[in-house]
Amino acid sequence: MSREITYAQAIQEALGQAMEADPAVFLMGEDIGVYGGAFQVTGDLVHRFGEDRVMDAPISELGQAGVAVGAALAGCKPVLEFQFSDFATLAMEQIVNQAAKLRFMLGGKVNVPLVMRFPAGSGTGAAAQHSQSLDAWLAHVPGLKVIQPSTPYDMKGMLLAAIDDPDPVMVFEHKLLYKTKGEVPEEAYRVPIGKAHVAREGSDVTIVATSIMVHKSLEAAETLAAEGIDVEVIDLRTLRPMDTATIIESVKKTTRLACVYEGVKTLGIGAEISARIAESEAFDYLDAPILRLGGAESPIPYNPVLEKAAVPQVQGIVEGLRNLVTGRT
Amino acid sequence: MSALRAVKANARPFFQRHSAGELKEALRKMYLIRRFEEGAEEAYMRGLIHGTMHLSIGQEASAVGSTMALRNTDYITSTHRGHGHCIGKGADPKLMFAEFFGKEEGYCRGRGGSMHIADVATGNLGANGIVGGGLPIAVGAALAIKKQKRDDVAMCFFGDGASNEGAFHEALNMAAVWKLPVIFVCENNKYGMSVSTERSMAVANVADRAPAYGMPGVIVDGNSVADVAEAIAAATERARKGEGPTLVECKTYRTRGHSRSDRNRYRTKEEIDEWKAKDPIPLFEAELIAHGLATEDEVTAIRISAETEITNGIEYARTGTDPDPNEVTRDVYSSGVNS
Repeated sequence: MSREITYAQAIQEALGQAMEADPAVFLMGEDIGVYGGAFQVTGDLVHRFGEDRVMDAPISELGQAGVAVGAALAGCKPVLEFQFSDFATLAMEQIVNQAAKLRFMLGGKVNVPLVMRFPAGSGTGAAAQHSQSLDAWLAHVPGLKVIQPSTPYDMKGMLLAAIDDPDPVMVFEHKLLYKTKGEVPEEAYRVPIGKAHVAREGSDVTIVATSIMVHKSLEAAETLAAEGIDVEVIDLRTLRPMDTATIIESVKKTTRLACVYEGVKTLGIGAEISARIAESEAFDYLDAPILRLGGAESPIPYNPVLEKAAVPQVQGIVEGLRNLVTGRT
Repeated sequence: MSALRAVKANARPFFQRHSAGELKEALRKMYLIRRFEEGAEEAYMRGLIHGTMHLSIGQEASAVGSTMALRNTDYITSTHRGHGHCIGKGADPKLMFAEFFGKEEGYCRGRGGSMHIADVATGNLGANGIVGGGLPIAVGAALAIKKQKRDDVAMCFFGDGASNEGAFHEALNMAAVWKLPVIFVCENNKYGMSVSTERSMAVANVADRAPAYGMPGVIVDGNSVADVAEAIAAATERARKGEGPTLVECKTYRTRGHSRSDRNRYRTKEEIDEWKAKDPIPLFEAELIAHGLATEDEVTAIRISAETEITNGIEYARTGTDPDPNEVTRDVYSSGVNS
């Protein structure tokens, strides 16, 4: 009954099922054809669907993003793979000025149904230009939806929802998650965009985490449970539109909030979550200052010790939460 | 009648391929563009509309000569100087004015303004405020055409300035690699805002760049409707047959400044006057009359009808509906979901 596949396989399965169901769906990216993708996500899809639907593109990120916009306007549903999320910087014009704004600028008379997939995050030794977490950059832009599934189950369901979606959806996939396994139904299903998920229920403190930090937070929660600290972990899943209600409810219950994310801490997603709680009725329930554990104020370093030091790790989350709950600083 | 046919027989292919009715409609569109922009300029001066606009006065031949070859199901992507392309592709000037006036009746319900007018129903995927922004979008539309096995085309207007953007390189390369039905129409009006092509390009022509992408590059007199239309007809036919993209460079000139802020410090009055003498509208009128395709009276009637349409359009726009400030975020997402 239950079947376990990897996060990468879940993506591939969703892409295959979307292409089977709708001839308008096609994939584009760099080395996604016979090479199978830099992270082997598209794998053998080119053999199933042909080169016209699994298109290897020239190394032209800006151009590809624009082609996706144009094809979406003309009736296709493009799914664009960036080889690394860092390369979004090369395509920001089309993502931010065109994909995000066209619907609005044209008075709601068009949709731009495209999906862009971004392998993100550190931990692979690829250093500063191949390890960033730029999700908050794109989540700052009205008109885009930004999702960050953390499990194979959510990945498949949210990617299928993203392909269905009439608006442009940016999908951030942590590279260290590609080989993680989880239960995934074989049939197509949808997990809604814009809904957070309570990954672990608890009563003493709420962690709102994104992507791989959900797993690190769950691990930290186990350690803290042994010390008698009961942690609730919310997997945010969608950065925009953000499910603020779920966070507010949780904080009212636990009275403490920590935000754990890999992107640079300053002006990152934790700042937005904190502000929303500070603006909400949950503020009056807080028994401690809000804690943010985010990426270091630096590029991602190459040296493996430094690389780990640049993003939150389980031990740091345990210590941060322990201090938050016990009132020590 | 036989005399008319005889005159027409001596004319270049463009005048033979098109009926007198089609050619007079082309003239009417040129007048509509000219009067539309003069009307918009005047409304701006009088404080009736705000923001900025980029006038294409002097460039009407390239807009009309290019779009003549298109059908409703073909696409265009346009530029910040795009009113002519929009009217050429079949937009209704009164709805364009409504957009300028920021009204709900406008093409973009007043959310886009001059720089973002689009009419997807007529294949107009929109003007664009980003120089070069429309280039890869046109390539994407052409890719969709190819996937859908249609024989339509995507016509991509851009300026000499845009050819210095990276998007130009990426777009032309992809269109050529995939043999997509794109017609890249460069309206070279000599200046990217204030910087001349001589100061911003090491080659003499934008079309010189086309061979680097493995596509034909054609240079035409952008002030001659016939010259533009003949080159575009060939490029469009090539595209419809699946033979790939073409770059057509229309050498032309904007007699007005770049935008409302332009103080004309970078060019001479002599240069402007020289180009005013090559105004494409009287040139086309003279050709129609010389070939016996229109009479003086008909030309006058066309001009008056365009002027009336513009006057009525402005009146329509002035009395339009102002958007509700509570609906600022209405069209950001299809579901209305926000934040």
